[in-house]
Order: sequence, then C-alpha cells, then structure tokens
Amino acid sequence: MYTYSEFDSAFVAERNRQFRAQVERRIDGSLTEDEFKPLRLMNGLYLQLHAYMLRVAIPYGTLNSRQMRQLAMIAERWDKGYGHFTTRQNIQFNWPNLANVPDILEALAKVEMHSIQTSGNTIRNVTADHFAGAAADEVADPRPVAELIRQWSTDHPEFQFLPRKFKVGVTGSPNDRAVTASHDIGLRIIERNGEIGYRVLVGGGLGRTPMIGKVLADFLPEADLLPYIEAVVSVWNLLGRRDNKFKSRIKITVHEHGIDEIRTRVEKHFAIIKPSFAGIDQQMLAAIRADFAAPAFLTASETPYTHARQHDPVFRSWADTNLSEHRVPGYAIVSISLKAHGKTPGDASAHQMRLMAELAERYGHDELRISHEQNVILPHVHKSFVPSVFAALRAAGLGTANIGLISDIIACPGMDYCALATARSIPIAQQIATRFDELKLEYEIGEMKIKISGCINACGHHHVGHIGILGLDRAGVENYQITLGGDHRTDARLGDRTGPGFAADEIVPAIERIVYAYLDLRTAPSETFLAAYQRLGLAPFKAALYKTEAQAYAAE
Amino acid sequence: MSREFTPKVITANALIEGDVVYFTAHDTWSRALQDADVLTDEADAALRLLIAEARNDEVVGAYLAEMKPGADGPDPVHFREEFRRTGPSNLFHGKQADIASRA
Repeated sequence: MYTYSEFDSAFVAERNRQFRAQVERRIDGSLTEDEFKPLRLMNGLYLQLHAYMLRVAIPYGTLNSRQMRQLAMIAERWDKGYGHFTTRQNIQFNWPNLANVPDILEALAKVEMHSIQTSGNTIRNVTADHFAGAAADEVADPRPVAELIRQWSTDHPEFQFLPRKFKVGVTGSPNDRAVTASHDIGLRIIERNGEIGYRVLVGGGLGRTPMIGKVLADFLPEADLLPYIEAVVSVWNLLGRRDNKFKSRIKITVHEHGIDEIRTRVEKHFAIIKPSFAGIDQQMLAAIRADFAAPAFLTASETPYTHARQHDPVFRSWADTNLSEHRVPGYAIVSISLKAHGKTPGDASAHQMRLMAELAERYGHDELRISHEQNVILPHVHKSFVPSVFAALRAAGLGTANIGLISDIIACPGMDYCALATARSIPIAQQIATRFDELKLEYEIGEMKIKISGCINACGHHHVGHIGILGLDRAGVENYQITLGGDHRTDARLGDRTGPGFAADEIVPAIERIVYAYLDLRTAPSETFLAAYQRLGLAPFKAALYKTEAQAYAAE
Repeated sequence: MSREFTPKVITANALIEGDVVYFTAHDTWSRALQDADVLTDEADAALRLLIAEARNDEVVGAYLAEMKPGADGPDPVHFREEFRRTGPSNLFHGKQADIASRA
C-alpha cells in the first residue's frame, strides 16, 4: 500500500502543529467558537450531542495492522475503548476531549493517518471497492487512482471553499460494490479494446434530494482522468449554488443545468487545463501503482479448509456467508461482520481491532479494509488459514455469519450521537437483527440489505437499501418511513416510499410483515427479495405492510 | 396572537469535554438538568441566554431548551433533550454512566 513521502509527512506534521496551536488559542479564549469551528472541521473534529467526535480518514478503506493497532490504542487511551466504522470507510471516535485531540492527531500521523478533509466543504476521503486488489471480477485495482485523487485533492488551493462537500467513489469491477452512482463523481474503471479507461458518473447523491449519478463520460482515457475531474470540480465550483445549502451539491447543479450543458462546460474547461498536466500525474500514478503491487501470494494445500468445511457445520455456515471469491486460486476474501446480533453496526472494541490487526499480519499479508457496509475485510487470506482465522474471530465475538443477510444492517449513528439526527437508528438495527435471529429466519430469507438513516442526510444509505428506513421527528415523536426496492449496485435504483411511517415500537413488526410477504410471494428460495420486488412492484408489499391497520379500520 | 411562553432552560456543550451542561441560577454550568435555572418569562430568558452566550470560553452553542415540570425538577419536552441529559441508548456511556459512577 501507499507509504508517505517526506512531503506527505511534513505536510501532516505542519497541519498538526497548526491545529495544536489553534486548540490552545481556543482554550485560552483567544479564538471564539465562530472562529474556531471552521478550523476544527478542517481537521475532522465535530461537536455532537454528548461530546466531540473525531472522524479519521481511512483512504479508500485500506489500512495495515500497524494502523489498526494505533486506532485501538487511541480508542483505549483517549476514548471509551472502541471506534465506529462508517459508511464512508472512515472511523469515528465518539468521546474525545478537545484538549487531547492534538495528541490523537499526532498519534495518527505516526502511522500515516490524519483527519484532514473528513469534514467541511472540500473533496472528502475517496472511497473505493472494499475488495479492491482481491476481487475475482476486477478489471483493475481502484486504489492507485483513488490515492492519486487523494493527493491531488488534499489541500488543493482551488477546492478549499467549495459550494458544499464533494465525494468521489471508485470501483475497478463491473459489479459495483462502492456505490459509485451515489457519489458526486463516481468512477468505474472499464476495459475497452484492451485499453483501460474510466466511465465517469456525476451528480449522484443521497440525502434530501436523492439522485442516481448520470454518465458524463462513457470512456475517458486514463491520462485524461485527473484534468477531467479537475474540470468537473472547477465547473461546479463556479456554477454551484452558494445561496442555498440544500441546492449546493453538484447533483442539483447537474439537475438544473442538464447533463449535456455540464458536459459542454467540462469539456471546454478540460481543453484549457489539460496541457498544464504535462504527464506528471501519470508519472505519479505509475509510482503509486508500484506501491499497490500484489503481495507474494502463497501456494499451499487447501486441505485444512476443505476438512473444516466437511466436519464443522458452524464453520461451513460462516464460510458460506462471509467468504468471497478471490482472484488468486487458493485464496479467499474474508468479511468480518461488525454486526453481531443486538450490537451496534460498525462498532469495534480496541481488543477486537487488535485481534483483526494480528490476523491480518499473521494470515492476511498485512492488509485490512473497511467496507461502506461497516464491516472489516481481510482481503487476502489463503484458504488453509481460514479455519484458524474463523476460530480466532469467533472467540472475540467477531464470528457472526451474516454478511449480506437481514442482520447485516447499515445504520448511521442517529440520535444516539449525531447532532443532525432527527431520530435514532442504532436501536432499530439492534432490534431488527435480534428479532430475525430469534425467528431463525435469516438464512431462509437470504440476501437482504436493510439500511437505516436517522435523518434525511442519508448517511445510512436508506434510499438504496432493499428495505430502507428513515427516522424522522414527527411532532416530537420518532417516526420511521420505509422505502422498498432500492439497489446500491451498478444499476443503482432509489427505493419507493411505501406510505405513512411507523412509530419506534411498530417498525420491527412492520419489517416482519414485509419479510413474510416476500417469503409467501417468492417463486423459489433462489428468488431474492430484490428480485421478487422487481418482478412484483410495490403493491403486494404495501398491502402486506399496511394490512393490520386497514383491518383495524375495517373492524371499527 | 403570540404563543404562550413555555418553560425553558439554557443548555450548551462544555468547551473542553464537549458534554452537555445547563446554566444555573448562580450563573454557573452544571452537568445535571435538575440544577438548571428554569426560565418562565420570555424577556428574562432572552437576557439570560445573552449572559450564557457571553461565556464563550466555557461552553459551545448555548440555546434555550423547552421543559415541563417533572418529579425531580424540569423534564425535557422533546426526546432529543431526553437523550442529551441521559446519553446514548446503545451503550451505557455519557451522563447515565457519570451519574452511576458518582452514586
């Protein structure tokens, strides 16, 4: 993976020195909150409901064991012994004390991490496929270009005061696992006639006004990428609405001006700036690529794996759900579920972080990934090691066999932590997971993506959940709206709103009604919920969802 | 016709710790809602908020939060304020844990 150059280290150290002085000036009263707030946000420090929250970037979700151990150390020394992995592949610490944040940032810098541009109206942490470099279906590893974009966008002088935040997601696989269609810019690495290039999507986004990204360039040659996306951000920087926060994202700019008008402007600006790039970006990309060279894969017998599969049904069940196909024979991608039934989605204790670091170091070529689905991935594990990995995970409460199932829920922090939230998310996720575990229906239901957001900003991606749940404040009471049929993959689709929302104590039975309707309606167990929904549409699910109420009215 | 003024307390987050604090009748900040000065007069509340906001080197984001009379001092009207005075519901952290550790 990428390692810091002298320039990177010096830049981060200087920013940390500046922020330490800014914190000191805030504490001694030289800076007011109005003056300090933009400075702390530039360094990922929020003030939430109960405490400060520090959001640390995990670039494109990739980290090594040393970095994971340092996150564990920070969690224990300066927080409450755990961290929360987010839908943007970052980690958040929920309880830091302002006076300690400069020390935390210094500890992060020691392992080449920081919080720069994890907040504010800047280009945020670039996200990527969490199976990058490992997936069997991959055209090219998306991380080198994600790293190039990270370097280009970090402290980019033109893009420090954008109309609003700007998010870039990259996939290197035709099966999009990075939700690129919901990003301001979504990049899909594709191959055409033996040449690698990019399909560029623009104007995707969830939130208040959800939009699926539109194709701005169908096939962009590799050498054009950086000047092209610079042109996109430049065009939006001038055109984007600064008069209305709710209309400032590029999705609205694209919507208001039309994709063709945006394309014309981008191409015009691209023609102007392209000569100034002069190939240096491609030299940098080549150097970065070398940093992401594949590990020295092992050749070994798979017998321990096949033996465990044959003789240990618990292992087999976990392997069936939590392993994905690796591009190298004999290897597997291990998804570690941070969704133990009844626990908080995305939370990991310091002890668990250390264990995952150890497993990565010992069995996984020292690589870890964070998925936008709030799980941790060991991307390169030889199958002979998988039984040992599972045994260690299980002992640490990390052996839940539920990847892609109904309890593998995305949930934003919601009103348990977030100052913007209008309702809680986490307890709803906990209750749904616990309920379906009790019913022992998870495996029968099969693939199911429930995504929960505690406000319209949609950090929990509810619009693209097979079942999406949005928590709102309805006249001072938590109320949950349901959407159905959303899809986060390549042909992304926004879910359909079912109708009136449900109170907190009605939402789990409501989800049950939808699930039972699906089990009744599907043609065969192989027909997933999403496939059944696509075949049947909203009507039968809506009827089942509101059945109880309709019957109650009828009885009156 | 203007709406009747409902009781309020001044609340904010502490500058260093970031936790929830309430403004008392003695112009100090308390971690406990029952210590808060309950304001029942609109003009008084506006003035008290100005005084609290001036304490910019102690707290962040002072505002008036609506309350109703409870068994042990004011009770929040809105569930958001209930979470602020208690802590998160998924983990026993924040105020609920602080109160338990003091008891």
